[in-house]
Amino acid sequence: MSVETSKQPALTGTLPTELIRLEGVTKRFGDNTVLDGLDLSVDAGRHVTLIGPSGSGKTTILRLLMTLAKPDEGTITVDGQRLFPAPERQVREVRKKIGMVFQQFNLFPNMSVLRNLTEAPVRVLGLSKDEAEARARELLDLVGLADKCDAKPTRLSGGQQQRVAIARALAMRPQVLLLDEVTSALDPELVAGVLDLLRDIARSTDITMLCVTHEMGFARDISDQVLMFDAGRVIETGPPEKIFGDPEQERTREFISAVL
Amino acid sequence: MTWDWGAVADFLPYFFEGLVVTLEALALGSLIAFALGLVWTLLMRTPTRWVRWPVGVFTEFVRDTPLLVQLFFLFYVLPEAGVTLSPLTTGVLGLGLHYSTYTMQVYRAGIEAVPAGQWEAATALSLPVRRTWTAVILPQAVRRVVPPLGNYVIAMLKDTPMLMTIGVLEMLGRARLVSQQNFQFTEPLTVIGVAFVVVSYLASLCLRTLERRLVR
Amino acid sequence: MTAGLWELVLQGIGTTLQLLVYSALLAALVSFVVGAARTHRSRFVRFLAACYTEVFRGISALVMIFWVFFVLPVAFGWQLVPMWAGTLALGLTYGAYGSEIVRGALTAVDPAQREGGIALGFSSWQRLRLILLPQAVPEMIPSFSNLLVELLKGTALVSITGMGDLAFSGNLVRLALQQSGQIYAYLLLIYFVIAFLLTRGMRVLERRLKAEVAR
Repeated sequence: MSVETSKQPALTGTLPTELIRLEGVTKRFGDNTVLDGLDLSVDAGRHVTLIGPSGSGKTTILRLLMTLAKPDEGTITVDGQRLFPAPERQVREVRKKIGMVFQQFNLFPNMSVLRNLTEAPVRVLGLSKDEAEARARELLDLVGLADKCDAKPTRLSGGQQQRVAIARALAMRPQVLLLDEVTSALDPELVAGVLDLLRDIARSTDITMLCVTHEMGFARDISDQVLMFDAGRVIETGPPEKIFGDPEQERTREFISAVL
Repeated sequence: MTWDWGAVADFLPYFFEGLVVTLEALALGSLIAFALGLVWTLLMRTPTRWVRWPVGVFTEFVRDTPLLVQLFFLFYVLPEAGVTLSPLTTGVLGLGLHYSTYTMQVYRAGIEAVPAGQWEAATALSLPVRRTWTAVILPQAVRRVVPPLGNYVIAMLKDTPMLMTIGVLEMLGRARLVSQQNFQFTEPLTVIGVAFVVVSYLASLCLRTLERRLVR
Repeated sequence: MTAGLWELVLQGIGTTLQLLVYSALLAALVSFVVGAARTHRSRFVRFLAACYTEVFRGISALVMIFWVFFVLPVAFGWQLVPMWAGTLALGLTYGAYGSEIVRGALTAVDPAQREGGIALGFSSWQRLRLILLPQAVPEMIPSFSNLLVELLKGTALVSITGMGDLAFSGNLVRLALQQSGQIYAYLLLIYFVIAFLLTRGMRVLERRLKAEVAR
């Protein structure tokens, strides 16, 4: 099935340009079809939230875009460049445009917080060490952890680790930021801090965001568009007011009343 | 390089003789290693430190020093003490003793891996000590013990050529003898090299299958 | 025993230690190259590396030594200095065992770390060098410590080829004194002391590396 993104102009007011395109993407794990011939298009600068019951394929989309998994069928294009199928070198080019924040943070325990932020810009983007460090300190300041530069990630709380992980993803200046249930592994009292930070980022940058979350309040705040998933398909799409206020599909209504 | 299939054919009868001796040494050595390792394990579980300490030091000593030198020691010192043994018997004793210090670790790990709750449950059911061991602990430990024991048998196989140095004509000893008689080293030595790879690979395949069954 | 004979033993210790260091270095190199290759994404590379491990682990170390000392010169015309022949035979054999250690430790690193590396655009080589190995190496030390003791024991095998290591010096002393094998008791003691020092040294190294990562 095909899902049209909303036709409103992008936030900047210029003509919307398509950044991400999935066509006929199917992904199976054994007999289980997680994504079933999915078509999806996301314009630059949009903040898109993916909701739906667990196992409905939301996380798989993020993992396909990050090339952590390969689709069985279909094509994926990011910023006009093929991501799948594509030669390894092109894949690496496209990866630089995409950042991801994981449920379990995935910080590198063998590096200090600062090196977690500088290593990739230096080695992958070719920034000088000074440049990368200056930017890393700026970002750590932004996430409120400027004093933790030299600490090892394992010494930080879950909320602090996740804020470092967000800063690490931003250090690569990605065009797209993928957020995979970034608050699911956090203690309840730490969730708000991370969500506030993401709200700030959504408001103050033009990064395209794809977000899988169970925090409906957060989804309503940051997104321009919400996709409702069920059994490997998008069954409904629209602006948050519509999806959360007056959904068309009965399945969406059930899901939202169950999680709210 | 020249390869002479004739030399291979000439060597084959001797090769099989050597293979039989190798397997014989391996089988007897394994039996000793399994039994003696159990003795060490039990001694290490006695309450008195005066037993545990010497046994611990002795077994670590045997484990951390070359089997080759141990074989020389046994071969030249035992007759001094009035014990005259054939080279094969000496070799088997050496192998068995050396590997018993490894099997004891396997047994210990196997016993320790049985959860403490099993001991407690047996106590709660007031099973006698003997029943606790035979009906509860050992059946669970055996499953964890068999695969590593098998690995040590394979390791022992690869150490059997050392018996050559005290005059046992196992595979390598045979190969050396034939090589020296004919001045052709390449074929006999390559044949037994291949034989070792094949035998140990097959053995490890069998072991993996067995392991999968036991785990299930 | 005369002073001259003790000198012989001392020289033997020197040769054994030299052989131990060289073959340990070669074995470490082989371990990391083959071990990393066994986690490579190309199935072909993995297959080749697995073949290496099976073959060189399967050949008995002593057979390997015979092969390098007696077959290589005849069949390929490679006449190596005994020290290098011993290093080659032991390094290749024990490297095969070591590759299992490296592979095991690499696969034991949380797969999330690999994904974190992909998400930041690191190449597979960068992921290995910057992320996986620094986390895996401290976990390898206890196994490498055991392997090092096995290698020390393995060095005694070169004495069979007439190389003057510690075990060989024992044979000379026994012949010189026309005595039974009591000298071998001394040799065993010397080997034990070396092994003891090696394992304690590795324990210190392990503690340092773990502290480095956890700090």
